[in-house]
Amino acid sequence: MFSNLAEKLQDTFRRLKGKGKLSEKDVDAAMREIRLALLEADVNFKVVKEFVNSVRERAVGQEVMGSLTPGQQVIKIVNEEMTSLMGDKQSALAGPGKEPTKVMMVGLQGSGKTTTAVKLAAHLRREGRRPFLVAADIYRPGAVKQLEVLSDSIGEKYYSNLEIDPVEICREGLKMADREDCDVAIFDTAGRLHIDEDMMSEIGAIKNEIEPDEILLVVDAMTGQDAVNAAASFNEAVGLSGVILTKLDGDTRGGAALSVRKVTGCPIKFVGVGEKIEALEPFYPDRMASRILGMGDVLSLIEKAEASIDQDKAREMEKKLRQQQFTLEDFKDQMVQLRSMGSLDDILSMLPEGGNIPKEIRQMSLNENNLKRVEAIISSMTREERYNPSLLNSSRRRRIAAGSGTTVQDVNRLLNQFNQMQKMFKQMNSGGKKGMAKKMKKIKKRFPF
Amino acid sequence: MSLIDHFKKGLARSKSGFMGRLDGLFSSGEINDDFYEELEEIMVSGDVGVKTSIKLVDKLREEVKNRKLKEREEARKLLLNLIIDIMNSGENPAEPEEKPYIILLVGVNGSGKTTSAAKLANLYRRKNKEVLLVAGDTFRAAAIEQLEIWAERAGVELIKQQAGSDPSALFFDAMNAATARNIEVVIGDTAGRLHSRYNLMEELKKIHRVIGRNIAGAPHQVLLVVDATTGQNAVAQAKNFNQSLPIDGLILTKLDGTARGGIVINIQDELGIPVCYVGTGEKMEDLASFDPEDFARALLES
Repeated sequence: MFSNLAEKLQDTFRRLKGKGKLSEKDVDAAMREIRLALLEADVNFKVVKEFVNSVRERAVGQEVMGSLTPGQQVIKIVNEEMTSLMGDKQSALAGPGKEPTKVMMVGLQGSGKTTTAVKLAAHLRREGRRPFLVAADIYRPGAVKQLEVLSDSIGEKYYSNLEIDPVEICREGLKMADREDCDVAIFDTAGRLHIDEDMMSEIGAIKNEIEPDEILLVVDAMTGQDAVNAAASFNEAVGLSGVILTKLDGDTRGGAALSVRKVTGCPIKFVGVGEKIEALEPFYPDRMASRILGMGDVLSLIEKAEASIDQDKAREMEKKLRQQQFTLEDFKDQMVQLRSMGSLDDILSMLPEGGNIPKEIRQMSLNENNLKRVEAIISSMTREERYNPSLLNSSRRRRIAAGSGTTVQDVNRLLNQFNQMQKMFKQMNSGGKKGMAKKMKKIKKRFPF
Repeated sequence: MSLIDHFKKGLARSKSGFMGRLDGLFSSGEINDDFYEELEEIMVSGDVGVKTSIKLVDKLREEVKNRKLKEREEARKLLLNLIIDIMNSGENPAEPEEKPYIILLVGVNGSGKTTSAAKLANLYRRKNKEVLLVAGDTFRAAAIEQLEIWAERAGVELIKQQAGSDPSALFFDAMNAATARNIEVVIGDTAGRLHSRYNLMEELKKIHRVIGRNIAGAPHQVLLVVDATTGQNAVAQAKNFNQSLPIDGLILTKLDGTARGGIVINIQDELGIPVCYVGTGEKMEDLASFDPEDFARALLES
């Protein structure tokens, strides 16, 4: 996510960092590059103008010119301004009250309302709340069915009725949510164009009927300059309380993320980062800013690791590493866990300087076939072989290659990499903390994917 | 309502944004630096993209200088021609000759593939062709049901499998069915996929291979469905999809918004892929052929 924007900005920063002193000309040149990078990322041109102006104002002032590391100062300013542009702090959903919290989803066609409504329900369930879904999109063929199927897949309750109009559906749905003892009701409305007056008055009517606590606008992160117009129109018509950005897992430069908050004053509350139901995350402006600027987002990485890695297994693994009993079996386990954390590319982008890893390698990591191949090879070994790879003579290797649909070369390569890793772990155990970082870098290089 | 009227209607609504501002800019005053600056700004804000905007403005500046023009109104025609030059760079795919003629729709999530497949089926049905729709989006919940409802409304046949089944297998069956049932035009829907997802793009390649193995030369048309409100990412979409399988043209959907569709100029400039159809509404008839010159004229002429 944001990969292109991050790359461009980091280039600019690298040039700035190298300078001991910054002239006004240097700053101007940098601002021009930032302006272009933001425009190409679909950040609204008005927002770009203001942003660049405020950064520039601070950058040519005392704050930077007097500093010993002016380049770093500029980066710090950009980081701060970007964080404030996206709303400074994470903002949560309205909390539980006496009655069910009412959350209404609105947006343009194809922005991802229905999927996001169900993702939100799953998210709230994980937080210990009792969600209820209401399918009020009776216009798009199959929309109600889509919500039903998705809700069923995660076992959430819902209300749908194709016989009555959306306002009545929402009224009935709310009653039902109350009866089912749910503490949050999510209303999925039909996609509509912000200039379609009839449809806009319909969501007005729904709003009056159910008096929602939250009206969330679902915005496709790939939307161009028009994103702010749509957001502003919806805000005018019904008054938004927040925004959910979807499809942020692509290579979108996410200009909408940087513009929408500024124009509507509404915070981005969640981001959709994948096709799976679990792929909805709270939005943290500060973390996002440092990711865009290539400073990494270690906090999110740790949270992600905690959420997807089995703690007991991790402890066991650590013990094994220390006692140098790391086997191919463990290697496979690690790989499976790593995969459950998301794409390696995503993980790398959260590491400081992770953006410096060559693009080819990052793209290679997207190639999940490599991971699958490694898994297949190890799965084709006997238990004995996995614990004692020295058993693997050429005839056994041929068998494994045939069994996993790979070649003997592939098997050899994997075994080599595994050997090197084992050596590395041995060194790590004997070496101090300082040597560790260096070695970790080496490991990254030798990892087979 | 004729197709042309639909097209006009779609563009007329768009006028309030990008086009209206362009029109306003050219209608009076003399040519000066402010004019160029504002022109560039309007084009960038219309999703034309920084690179293409700068290129167009530079070219315009040169022409204006060469011809020693003073009034903005005089520059209008020049810009119109520059845009038409870009828009005519690609070649529109031919009308169906082979039988069965296979059209495959691809694109990112939510761009409007399923609806466009239905509209396209309706279009060919109106031309009295035997049409078969293939419910190739086996991934998204209820996508099959969505297309089923459309197929019924359009009165065309539909071939489907269970949700979650392998789309390549479905297309294999569809090709056999098309030959057996004497179908003239096959329109294949596919699941939405982000172009940066390696596995999903590989799946698409496989579908393409399976179709080609069954019917030589097929699919005859691969159309990328792009949401007109998409920004610069549309160029990345077109580029990446085109790398995986040859894209013959675009369907630009949701042009009835204030969507300015400036992204089309950008895509044509960078990749030379023509726009074949535009979606201008939610009804089945709301699909029109795209005429680049009309589009450019609509942009600039009041």
